[in-house]
Amino acid sequence: MTKTKLIISYIILIIISLFFITPFYVTLITSFKSLNEVSIATMWNFPKHFSLEGFIGAYKKLAPNMKNSFYLTIPATIISAVLGSINGFALSKLKFKYSNLIFALILFGMFIPYQSVLFPLIRFFQKIGLYGTIHALIIIHVIYGIPITTLMFKNYYEEIPDELIEAASIDGANLYDVYTKVLLPISIPGFVVVAIWQFTNIWNEFLFAVTVTNNPAKQPITVALVNLAGSQVVEWNIQMAGALIAALPTLIVYIALGKYFIRGLLAGSVKG
Amino acid sequence: MSVQKNKSRMGFIIILPSLILIGIFVYYFIFWTIRTSFSNWNSFSSLLRGVYKYVGFRNYERIFMDPRFQTDLWNTLFFTLFFILGSVGLGLFLANLIDKGIKGSRFFQNLFLFPMAISFVVTGTVWSWIFAPGNFPNDPQGLNLLFKKLGLEKLQWMWYTSSESIGHFNLALIAVIIAAVWQMSGYIMAMYLAGLKAIPEEILEAARVDGANERYIFWKIKMPLLKPITLSAMIVLGHVSLKIFDLIYAMTGSGPNNVTDVPAIYMFELTFRSNKYAMGSAISVIMLLMVAVIIIPYLYSSLRRGVSS
Repeated sequence: MTKTKLIISYIILIIISLFFITPFYVTLITSFKSLNEVSIATMWNFPKHFSLEGFIGAYKKLAPNMKNSFYLTIPATIISAVLGSINGFALSKLKFKYSNLIFALILFGMFIPYQSVLFPLIRFFQKIGLYGTIHALIIIHVIYGIPITTLMFKNYYEEIPDELIEAASIDGANLYDVYTKVLLPISIPGFVVVAIWQFTNIWNEFLFAVTVTNNPAKQPITVALVNLAGSQVVEWNIQMAGALIAALPTLIVYIALGKYFIRGLLAGSVKG
Repeated sequence: MSVQKNKSRMGFIIILPSLILIGIFVYYFIFWTIRTSFSNWNSFSSLLRGVYKYVGFRNYERIFMDPRFQTDLWNTLFFTLFFILGSVGLGLFLANLIDKGIKGSRFFQNLFLFPMAISFVVTGTVWSWIFAPGNFPNDPQGLNLLFKKLGLEKLQWMWYTSSESIGHFNLALIAVIIAAVWQMSGYIMAMYLAGLKAIPEEILEAARVDGANERYIFWKIKMPLLKPITLSAMIVLGHVSLKIFDLIYAMTGSGPNNVTDVPAIYMFELTFRSNKYAMGSAISVIMLLMVAVIIIPYLYSSLRRGVSS
């Protein structure tokens, strides 16, 4: 590449970076301003005095919901990863009649607009008395997570040679042993990818959260964040600090384990 | 042979619980929603009575005659169109820039992808502040203020509160589309990057030896090889945009005269604010059909490909 071309490439990259950084910049500077300093006229300016007022305010309002989100996301992620792993094992290594049809039927569940199951779902949880609870949301995310986690693990296990399984079978290991002693130990990268994917999606989910939990004390952080904006006077420093707090856990995961995050993204588009 | 048979049986037994759960929570509930959409459950009391009265296609007739829903369909069409064009265009452009492997491209790649780790709700909240128009030209806010500072007052605009339109295209959607492209184009970039990495270097070398320039290589060699990725990208983006809810809910809501309204928002309000469950279900069924039209052929072809390979 010639030098001019290289310089042009950098200029373009930097201009596009500005587009990507701008929302982050505004969020960051606003959340460090005191309410006195948050005015429309200075919204692009750097804070004159760093203030934690926004973060303290946002934390006070969002801490219970943040806790809810952790109570929801962690168990749902673990259960759906385990379920996906078992399903993926069955569909890739224990092929049976119609297994492809069954896989397709399961997979369709990840594309549906959840609006098309929402009303019966809520009636169902009202009937069994779980409506409005975090438990209901855990169940929801485990069930509707089956298609994607099964897909990811199926693809992952298909890369593992069948001979490995057969060799263990000949040695007299039963299926349980094959799964726990042969497959599980080499599944760790698969678990990391699936767990990151589920953690990010469940943490960020909004539709189920807003319709299944009606009590503000039970709501996950995404709903609480939107409700912050709904109050009469929007305190923008609190609002932006809240956005940052809500985004922090998934951002940390992304920064720490970005490689696995990208793998999950690519696995999400069916055959990749 | 019998070991094989036993394995197959175990495979089916293992998958059975998940299959049953999906059977109930996806297929049976869809059936239930369809059934509701043909009922008269358009008030809380009618639901409470629990008597199912079949009303045929009446809810669908009402929905399709409803000007608000007609606006929603146009909004979905234009949102989908420009969201796909914007994300695929920018994603492909970025993938090519980064694929050149210049110094620091790793950093830029991570930067462009980070919005994917954030929720639509956060994105909507932040962009709604950036695009809030304020009382311009004297007392502008957000981007309009920045334009004023840069002496670009001409660019000041009503953004998502604008009631202007070109034909059926409500220009207020532009702000929402920009936010959605900001969120998703990094994902598309990652898909294209993976595709570009998979192209064997020998093919490109051979073309260069034959005297092909970079433009020719891009359009005549790389693009045809990237076709399956373009298709996947369009499917992913298309089904996201047909269902879009969180971003608009957090960013603009329906907007003045429903300029940024979409079926999912209307469905939400009908079902959860006005207790018109049957009407809400009718919209859900229409949304499901729109998604199914693009997803079923895609699933069919990609699974068939998976079986044969």
